Amino acid sequence: MTAKQARQHIVKLLNKTARLDGRGFTEYRKPISIEYNISKSAEGSARVQIGETIVLAGVKMEIGQPYPDTPNQGGLMVGAELLPLSNPDFESGPPGIQAIELGRVVDRAIREAKAIDVEKLCITEGELCWVVSIDICTLNDAGNLFDAAALAALAALKNAKLPERDGKKIDYKKLTDEKLPIQRLPISVTVCKIADKFLVDPTNEEEEVIDARLTVAFMENGEICAMQKGGDMALTLADIEQMISIAAEKSNELRVVLDAD
Amino acid sequence: MTYSKRSDGRKFDELREMEAKVGVIKRADGSAMFKIGKTTAYCAVYGPRNLYPKFLQNPLKGTLRVNYSMMPFSGSGNRVKPGPNRRAREISLVIEKAITPVLDLGEFPNSVIDIFIELPQTDAGTRCAGICAASMALADAGLAMTDLVAAVSVGRVDDKVVVDLCYDEEAYPDGPVADVPIAMLPNSGKISLLQMDGEISNEQLVKALKMGEVACKQIYEVQKAALKDKYKSTGDED
Amino acid sequence: MGEIIVKEKDVVVPGEVIAKGMDFLPGMGTTRQGDNILAARIGLVNIDGRAIRLIPLSGQYLPRTGDTIIANVVDVNFSGWRVETNSAYSAMLNVKDATSDFVAKGADLTQYFDVGDYLVGKIVNVTTQMLIDISLRGPGLRKLGEGRILKVASSKVPRIIGKKGSMVSMIKQATDTKIIVGQNGVIWISGEDPKGELIAVNTIKKIEEEAHIPGLTDRIKSHLEQITGRQLQLQETPEGMSHNEG
Repeated sequence: MTAKQARQHIVKLLNKTARLDGRGFTEYRKPISIEYNISKSAEGSARVQIGETIVLAGVKMEIGQPYPDTPNQGGLMVGAELLPLSNPDFESGPPGIQAIELGRVVDRAIREAKAIDVEKLCITEGELCWVVSIDICTLNDAGNLFDAAALAALAALKNAKLPERDGKKIDYKKLTDEKLPIQRLPISVTVCKIADKFLVDPTNEEEEVIDARLTVAFMENGEICAMQKGGDMALTLADIEQMISIAAEKSNELRVVLDAD
Repeated sequence: MTYSKRSDGRKFDELREMEAKVGVIKRADGSAMFKIGKTTAYCAVYGPRNLYPKFLQNPLKGTLRVNYSMMPFSGSGNRVKPGPNRRAREISLVIEKAITPVLDLGEFPNSVIDIFIELPQTDAGTRCAGICAASMALADAGLAMTDLVAAVSVGRVDDKVVVDLCYDEEAYPDGPVADVPIAMLPNSGKISLLQMDGEISNEQLVKALKMGEVACKQIYEVQKAALKDKYKSTGDED
Repeated sequence: MGEIIVKEKDVVVPGEVIAKGMDFLPGMGTTRQGDNILAARIGLVNIDGRAIRLIPLSGQYLPRTGDTIIANVVDVNFSGWRVETNSAYSAMLNVKDATSDFVAKGADLTQYFDVGDYLVGKIVNVTTQMLIDISLRGPGLRKLGEGRILKVASSKVPRIIGKKGSMVSMIKQATDTKIIVGQNGVIWISGEDPKGELIAVNTIKKIEEEAHIPGLTDRIKSHLEQITGRQLQLQETPEGMSHNEG
């Protein structure tokens, strides 16, 4: 389905330096907030809200066996679900390609930043290790799930504590005081291109008409650890440079929210 | 053996602490959150909307579809694999049957009303929490209904008849247990969900259902207050 | 003796007893059960003499013959266009109801309307199976140009239009925007100044949220005067003209 008139209108506004909801091009919606420990069933959890977009993330810890090629490392898995309760267009059933992309983009930032010291998740080399699963569930999709999901995943990791363990047996009722071995917190920012304008934190209406998007994940030192280009149109090198510099600046804002607690 | 004190210190006929909120999912046509103890259910209602493929349409009235699901991190043990399984599908079915008696879908032939229930944390009683949330969300969506639906699980733990079993009680190791989830239409007192597993005597069951009736009335008051709270007047502003 | 259990403007939930006894008559949104009148959906109580009805607070639009709606073209076929009506049912716009041009069989209909276009149309027929026909024959009915689409609960549309169009014309006057309100809860807004347009959008959202609170018109008037710094007058649309015209 196309939205011809909607796009024309959004572009007209952008040409007058305006957005549908009156925000600046590089202004996130408010509030941006994180609530920790929203699920007592998970070993770590968080609820992230950006404007009206709400995403939950939870961490589950299990005991597994290291892969033969990395005998001294634990496991890490990220999954995302676009729950049909969060958007009238999401359907029930196995994860569609959108959900798979979302999960993989969040996974990539965490994995490539070496956010978790996976060697510390190894319990006995080649035999026993912790397997950390992060699951992201959308509760209300009012746009920009990418940034909200990435932030929620990190917040849930920060919040997680190891459960008590006796050999291979885990007592999920008892959490220890031991946190996950987190070494870096990569922050993802998605910059969208509509016509010749760049903006962050798109609403549903804006997402429907974007030409391209670029998600960039930054580590604390400002280096980039993961990217994903999406959308139907190609980008010039100059576009990319500008999008990365917007993302870099905005990542600092999001980092303040994540560091606040 | 006797179950002299509940694992969380409640009285035998006492519900866990409840919290309810309506309108929590803005994109939905109706939505609600219902929390009881450490079990939280979110529900979104979409519709009446187009139903495809066409052969699913009912020309006499709207179709109700329920989808119950636990978030992967919401189980008390290992991670729950996402996606439908037999348990979730059966629970979806009994929730649909629990709600159908109050819904009037005659106004909307050929259409569908979708109910999505998701649980981020669980400590037993998930189908009941789901029903409580769903009936609030349906009312919030403005649908024609004859009543709300309140639901709770009752049963027995060892020698005691109890209301609102938590997971520890369902898994009580030192004596027989019965878990009887019920849903009630508060104004008529009729029962629209009744399941049971475990062992229970006739007398205990009757006693449990009577206690459940009282508990459902308490839940109903919480649901009613949450619905009214969403629309309460904010007239004295500025 | 009859007795009313609730007060005027109280919010009642489905199944709640509104009145007891046979002295009262159940109106829209209520049902009688034995001696009682019960709420049949969530709504605000409105007592008018002996009649009790509910003012809906939410709910889907149900297409009705005679309604003027804003619809979105979702498909083009041989004989016309399928449009989405912001309800559970789509509608058909036949070529003969869309234009007075002679259109040869098999002609390319996208030259008139294409997928994604928004139209203001009138519902001319609704069957019991909810098959719906709309028409563009009539004053003010047409394809809409570039603009923003806003969706509100259709039950709030009368408050957004106001008495004889007074509310919507006040918003237009305050914000220099063009606004068309469909009875299906779809609203089209376009303004040259993005700021005015945003004020119009936010004002409509405010009306939607506060529609059930008394003193709405005065409150919206002073709200608009405060943010735009303009003096506003309440104008009613002349008899026989639609507020969507002009």
